[in-house]
Amino acid sequence: MNGDVVTLAMGGGGKETNELIETIFKKHFENPDLTADDAAVLDFPPGKLAFTTDGFIVSPVDFPGGNIGKISVCGTVNDLACMGAVPLYLSCAFVIEEGFPVAKLDEIASAMEKTAAEAGVRIVAGDTKVAGKGQVDGVFITTTGIGRVMDGVHTAGSSAEPGDAVIVTGDIGRHGCAILLARNNFDITAERLTSDCAPLAHTVQDVLAATKNVHVIRDATRGGVGTVLYEIAHQSNVGIVLEQKNIPVNGEVKGVCGMLGLEPLYLACEGRMVIFAPEPEAPAILEVLRRGKYSEKAAVIGKVISDYAGRVIVNTEIGSQTMLPQPGGELLPRIC
Amino acid sequence: MADCVKDGAAAAAEKILKSYSGRPLRIMEVCGTHTHEIFRLGIRNILPENIRLISGPGCPVCVTPTGFIDEAVMLALDHGCTIATFGDLVRVPGTEMSLAGARSKGAHIEVVYSPLDSVVYAGTHPGEQVVFLSVGFETTTPAACISVRQAKQKGLGNYSLLTANKTMDNAYAALKDSADAFLYPGHVSVITGTKIYERLRDEGVSGVVTGFTAGEILAALAVVVTEIQKGGPFFRNCYPRVVTDEGNVNALKLMKDTMIPVDAEWRGIGTIPQSGLTLNDSYAAFDARKKYALPKITGKPDPACRCGDVLRGECSPDGCACFGTACTPEHPVGACMVSGEGACAAYYKYGPGLALSADKENMNI
Repeated sequence: MNGDVVTLAMGGGGKETNELIETIFKKHFENPDLTADDAAVLDFPPGKLAFTTDGFIVSPVDFPGGNIGKISVCGTVNDLACMGAVPLYLSCAFVIEEGFPVAKLDEIASAMEKTAAEAGVRIVAGDTKVAGKGQVDGVFITTTGIGRVMDGVHTAGSSAEPGDAVIVTGDIGRHGCAILLARNNFDITAERLTSDCAPLAHTVQDVLAATKNVHVIRDATRGGVGTVLYEIAHQSNVGIVLEQKNIPVNGEVKGVCGMLGLEPLYLACEGRMVIFAPEPEAPAILEVLRRGKYSEKAAVIGKVISDYAGRVIVNTEIGSQTMLPQPGGELLPRIC
Repeated sequence: MADCVKDGAAAAAEKILKSYSGRPLRIMEVCGTHTHEIFRLGIRNILPENIRLISGPGCPVCVTPTGFIDEAVMLALDHGCTIATFGDLVRVPGTEMSLAGARSKGAHIEVVYSPLDSVVYAGTHPGEQVVFLSVGFETTTPAACISVRQAKQKGLGNYSLLTANKTMDNAYAALKDSADAFLYPGHVSVITGTKIYERLRDEGVSGVVTGFTAGEILAALAVVVTEIQKGGPFFRNCYPRVVTDEGNVNALKLMKDTMIPVDAEWRGIGTIPQSGLTLNDSYAAFDARKKYALPKITGKPDPACRCGDVLRGECSPDGCACFGTACTPEHPVGACMVSGEGACAAYYKYGPGLALSADKENMNI
């Protein structure tokens, strides 16, 4: 079957559907909670639950550092982590274009298996539909996740306070940049540049184990860190001041942005959190992050002030102050 | 960020600028990328009040007249041509509609990164008539010239250029009363060389060529201020690591062998004699105006838009009644609001400047 392509019959619910499920999805997702029944029946620990869903339509489906399967698990796991939740269960729904290679589907499911295992989450429900040629582009995946919110954690976009430090968990803009180059429209190559796509469940759990005094955690996906900062500035009605020289940007990303006139703060990330916590907590948070697998380059990039509510100010490299341009205009289509 | 560290030169330059106490100065940055960097770096915010930076006409999209967009729309809708263009031009308003508007009426618009991509497109789509919208200064024009040469070599009968290429030298002379000195464009000067600036100096026009880092821009401004205090017209090359006297000889020859100078209309400024380039007789078959026998079109820009005054430095973007209300980057009325390099778009994005509060201490991190 692995040499084959997906056919409309595989979405028909009959023998071919079962074969696809057995050879691809069951093989990779197998766990005691995933059954052949109509719904998963699950145990939940007591306490508050976090619940989220996200659709993924990445083009191209493969990119340096990941594929649509990996990103579909990371995206939902990271959304749960933002609320201080330990991810427990995921569902996934596939819409596959007729003619899509089965071997490619196997790679995607394999990436989901690996990423879910790393994040400590089980895939317990799924659905497969096949659409006619041209009705979808390759494969679209929707994942839904449930997690258990850690006791004593209260994060929200409206909770940033003057005096908070603004921390990013790593260098910014790599996913957006990697996708841009993978599309090959610009004849630019950056061989060492990979997407930052990563599951951050443990990263966040480690931070919250060190301190629960964290006001906001948000993953910077579409729109990048700059968009997150404006969202928080509005939701919390505060100003944010960034220190340009402290913003970690990798050399390749800087080079590509220079050539194409892009601002790294507005390039997508898929494995970066923006954390707001009272300044005295920042050293402990940074110490934990810098020991982490996906957050070695974590840095304090700015702070929250009461002035300039709703605005993001940049202390530039020459010591002047300027406003970070408001997010808007065309974002790259179909990056996550 | 090696070039972003506040090095000794930048600090010294800043000191010279801040201590300037002479007559009010108007310095025009000609290049759109300079405009963008000056905003991004917050340079206006550290200059004293008597040094004013004016954004000049160096964004090729911004100076492209309304009539050019009308011609492109006509080629797309009436002649069924595929329009290959830089993305910025798609949203520039024409008299009746932009190319985006034409697209919604069925026009085929292909956004390309380089004119060379549009020749490749023409080669792989022989059933379509492809017209590349050839705007730009000396930096972009050589690539457009190469594209028609490639098309001629390959015998492509389905490729042509709609030219609105411009050269800077006559524009400086036309704008000389708008500013005390020019920051000449770095990239254009790589091609043109600096001899034209020496000629302009001899005609009484002052300026310096500079690069794009914080240190380079600040140093160039400090040189302008110092030279003006000495008196007399001047020229200095503050970007010698890439700008030479002769310029790029090959690129200049390529343009000379492919195009000829013509009078050109600049949006808001009017016609500047011999400031445009169009294809010469050897490449007449690739000139869309000739190929499709386009009538002479005079575009009618929105009368409320003050892009022209902005380009001449006579009005700051927020002095226009449309700015930020009728005219935004999402719904531009004038071209200066469209391109990322346009003065209005930069003002809109970065704000007119921060009135820093007493809380400044608190903003140090």
